[in-house]
Amino acid sequence: MLAKRIIPCLDVDRGRVVKGVNFVEIRDAGDPVEIARRYDAEGADEITFLDITASSDDRETMVHVVEEVASEVFIPLTVGGGIRRVEDIRRLLNAGADKVSINTAAVFNPDFVREAAERVGSQCIVVAIDAKRVSAPGEAPRWEIFTHGGRKPTGLDAVDWARRMVACGAGEILLTSMDRDGTKQGFDIELTRAVSDAVRVPVIASGGVGTLQHLVDGVTLGRADAVLAASIFHFGQHTVGEAKRFMAERGVEVRL
Amino acid sequence: MNTVAVVDYGMGNVRSVVKALEHVAPAGTRVLLTDSPEAILEAERVVFPGQGAARDCMAALTARGLDEVLRRTAADRPFLGVCMGMQVLVDYSEENGGTRCLGVLPGQVRFFGEDLREAVDGPRLKIPHMGWNQVHQIIEHPLWRDIAQDSRFYFVHSYHLQAGDPALVAATTEYGIRFTSAIARDNIFAIQCHPEKSAAPGLTLLRNFMRWNGKGSS
Repeated sequence: MLAKRIIPCLDVDRGRVVKGVNFVEIRDAGDPVEIARRYDAEGADEITFLDITASSDDRETMVHVVEEVASEVFIPLTVGGGIRRVEDIRRLLNAGADKVSINTAAVFNPDFVREAAERVGSQCIVVAIDAKRVSAPGEAPRWEIFTHGGRKPTGLDAVDWARRMVACGAGEILLTSMDRDGTKQGFDIELTRAVSDAVRVPVIASGGVGTLQHLVDGVTLGRADAVLAASIFHFGQHTVGEAKRFMAERGVEVRL
Repeated sequence: MNTVAVVDYGMGNVRSVVKALEHVAPAGTRVLLTDSPEAILEAERVVFPGQGAARDCMAALTARGLDEVLRRTAADRPFLGVCMGMQVLVDYSEENGGTRCLGVLPGQVRFFGEDLREAVDGPRLKIPHMGWNQVHQIIEHPLWRDIAQDSRFYFVHSYHLQAGDPALVAATTEYGIRFTSAIARDNIFAIQCHPEKSAAPGLTLLRNFMRWNGKGSS
């Protein structure tokens, strides 16, 4: 049976992992290769790098990071952040990335997703959706797409948008709840389930993980195919191995 | 010098395959990423990776004159097909409204279907089949050496292979249905998942391939 995936996510700025990673035994807490190797050893099913570099000049650095990691870590690698052109995608894939995650660029130009999927194949194209709940309490739940770190509403319904992106060729959806991101209160389960049930491609739940039970809830109640988390792994609160054993004990199929 | 040619036909991420092979190659082995027919014909062993759609893959191979090169090398030396490189070895794929493939081995490639389910009334399964699933070894083979039965490998695909001869099936995997996840005959071994992205079991399989004399053991 197919296993549910656990995906640690690393924020990378100018080639260095930021937002603090606090492992014992790691010499250089900012070195993407060392951290990726550690997550691989713990049993991570995939690793996502989010390039938060503001300047396009520094984006070249991300290509080198991917090259280095891909030479030593033999699990799938996804890169997101700042991807605007098919050329950006090709360079990352040639460097050893398996998938790229397209976010804002998709909102402003859905045809970009279509073009990218046609050129490199849907299996390489993840569309990242940042959604915020906009319905009033008591109303039927509704979520809208936001850009610019959750500051700009777009008027687009998140579930409709996910369907549209899959129709354009997205091979996977990375779904982040802007309401939950950073809160440690758990995924927005209703959102996760609504999107997962609406599309035929895999959905990665993101935003809000604070406990191992949240990971279980994401795949059981939310029906996500994979769960992405950052801080619970970075600060040594839990290892990926602990997370998997916890999930396995609760009946979730995982790769141990 | 011992050379393994990784067939480069301009599709997808073949660099990972090269990196993984370099990681496990015995000293003195050269891993050559190439689309040169001559270089591939000279290599001691051939790895045929693949991504993308069947029709594009076949078109890219034919345009480079690699279809004939693959048929020839698949006949006489250790040959490893990976993912799309497994699917186009058989006669026909129903992808892209039907694509004629290399016909090196008998078989067809089918879509998983829009309504694939774990159980009859269970939740619908996602397509592509993406992630870590178990590979159940059906035959003994030198490439399975040191790989535990039912080890998990990383898969990404929407189509699956149906062998035209049951004797070809080297492994099966369950995803709504039980499908053929590896095939083998003589000097050919081909696998649906991505060993280059499958951590320890994947690297072990590639290491075994780099040391394989091209003889099956069944």
